[in-house]
Amino acid sequence: MDILQQGKGQLVGWYDPDEAREWVRQNKSRELKDKTMSAKEAVSRFVKDGDFIASGGFGHTRVSMAIIYEIIRQKKRNLIMAGKTAVHDFDILVSSGCVNRAEVAYSFGHELRGLSPGSRRMVQTGQCKVIAETSNAGYQWRWLAAMMGVSFVPSRTMLGTDTMAHSSCKVIEDPFSGKPVALIPAAYPDVAFIHVHRCDVHGNAQVDGIIVEDFELARCARRLIVTTEEVIDNETIRREPWRTSIPFMVVDAVVEVPYGSHPCEMPGMYYYDEDHIAEWLSLSKTAEGVEEYLQKYVFGVECFEDYLELCGGIKQMNYLKRREFLREPMRAPWRK
Amino acid sequence: MAIKENSYNLREFLAFTGAKLLEDKKSVFVGTGLPIVAATLAQKTHAPNLLIVFEAGGLGPRLPELAISVGESRTFHRAVAATSMHDVMSLSQAGYIDYGFLGAAQMDMYGNINTTVIGDHDSPQARLPGSGGASDVASFSQRLIIIIANQSKRTFVSKVDFLTTPGYLDGPGARERAGLPRGTGPYRVITQLGIYGFDDETKRLQLVSLHPGVTVEEIRENSSFDILIPKKVGTSPEPTPEDLRILREEIDRAAICLGK
Repeated sequence: MDILQQGKGQLVGWYDPDEAREWVRQNKSRELKDKTMSAKEAVSRFVKDGDFIASGGFGHTRVSMAIIYEIIRQKKRNLIMAGKTAVHDFDILVSSGCVNRAEVAYSFGHELRGLSPGSRRMVQTGQCKVIAETSNAGYQWRWLAAMMGVSFVPSRTMLGTDTMAHSSCKVIEDPFSGKPVALIPAAYPDVAFIHVHRCDVHGNAQVDGIIVEDFELARCARRLIVTTEEVIDNETIRREPWRTSIPFMVVDAVVEVPYGSHPCEMPGMYYYDEDHIAEWLSLSKTAEGVEEYLQKYVFGVECFEDYLELCGGIKQMNYLKRREFLREPMRAPWRK
Repeated sequence: MAIKENSYNLREFLAFTGAKLLEDKKSVFVGTGLPIVAATLAQKTHAPNLLIVFEAGGLGPRLPELAISVGESRTFHRAVAATSMHDVMSLSQAGYIDYGFLGAAQMDMYGNINTTVIGDHDSPQARLPGSGGASDVASFSQRLIIIIANQSKRTFVSKVDFLTTPGYLDGPGARERAGLPRGTGPYRVITQLGIYGFDDETKRLQLVSLHPGVTVEEIRENSSFDILIPKKVGTSPEPTPEDLRILREEIDRAAICLGK
């Protein structure tokens, strides 16, 4: 079959489907065992220098910040990050020097709050390389192909663009319609971390609200760390199995971290901490400011609970709860 | 544009102008910022049954306030479904989205958009966020609306530094030749100076209406490419006090998106 176009982006995270099956056979246990551990243990066991990593949620919503801070604390290096709607997670991991390569759908921005000074500086000075471009649909279909155990999925997105030319996709003539179609390659992250509302000790997890890409991402990641607001018992899961969006056998670690998405949002629980995000956006304008932030909030604390205390503790968390339920007005300290 | 300073500001006017383009009983896939505000205003005025779609999975919400992110809980507040990106992108690819609605940093005369990089891709002068869902929205929506709040020679460029998001590519028939869905493409562009469409034959940017107080000369001065000017050019409508009240009191109380 003729290849009409081949993107020049680096193909990260792709494996031959048989190789991927073999990895699953050898490494993914079907045993219902207790996988609870600390964030520190989960990161030291499952995140290795040079890994291709992916973060769940969307933008500043339902992000596993507890794991992100731990990756920085353990000084992981040369990571490649999936820039899938990657906002605060990406910005802080690139700025801190952990991530030096990325495949980008959406990164370097904080949506309505403006662009990311920290990670943009790293790219514009060559300290972080964009090794491929894609789109949001492109990324989530990369997960889908991997989750399905196939080499690619066909799509009609990005055709005719430089995004396609800098992607890792190939364009062929669709053998059914005769029209050009993009083949979006599978992507298996070495490790993904997803924050959920609740799960049991085995990793059977429930997410309230939109699932975004986490249904697919959970199933394609080679190693999956689930952080959870709350650990619940297995019988509760079994009473309403239709609420389980991530089943245990794809999960490698369960880490209980209340407010584990802070300063990001947890739908139905707490809203963005705009004061904290504004502090990051301001400090990350300079390399010295990034260092100051990390010393204060990451290296200067032992664990996530200590970090939450620094961020205002229970008083601030209660404010964020009221804010989530629209009982407090919007405020935007990052606005000039 | 000669907006009366004490009546409404530019961003309020742009949100209103965007809202007027949206129709009741149709669907719109919205990007961050002004597109969300415009779609919410449309839903609260002439298009109560406008189906608002967010890329992260929010389907048919009634937004209680401005959403800062297109993936936050406001995007599925009182929605008909809280689903997934795979679902929403698949529905789009299958033809369920009437309007796509995006902002842009740079655009050319065929409506191609750059939100990836200024300068060279591998050693950029300025790195921008990338496509996000924009390339997908522009590929799949039946009609695309683009907002650029600062039309100038720097934003209306003869060639985009990086073609992130497809307009009519290099002219008539190019989208179909590339494999994009038949009959799709940019429909309207809104800037601080006017509303534009695209000429049916050449697919080039063409003026539809001038905002109040704006002249054709200003339109030309603020573009690096020639804009087609038809014989008959309208004047863009202005918001009513009720439109402004809804924008200020119901949608963006903190003036985060609509502040000057």
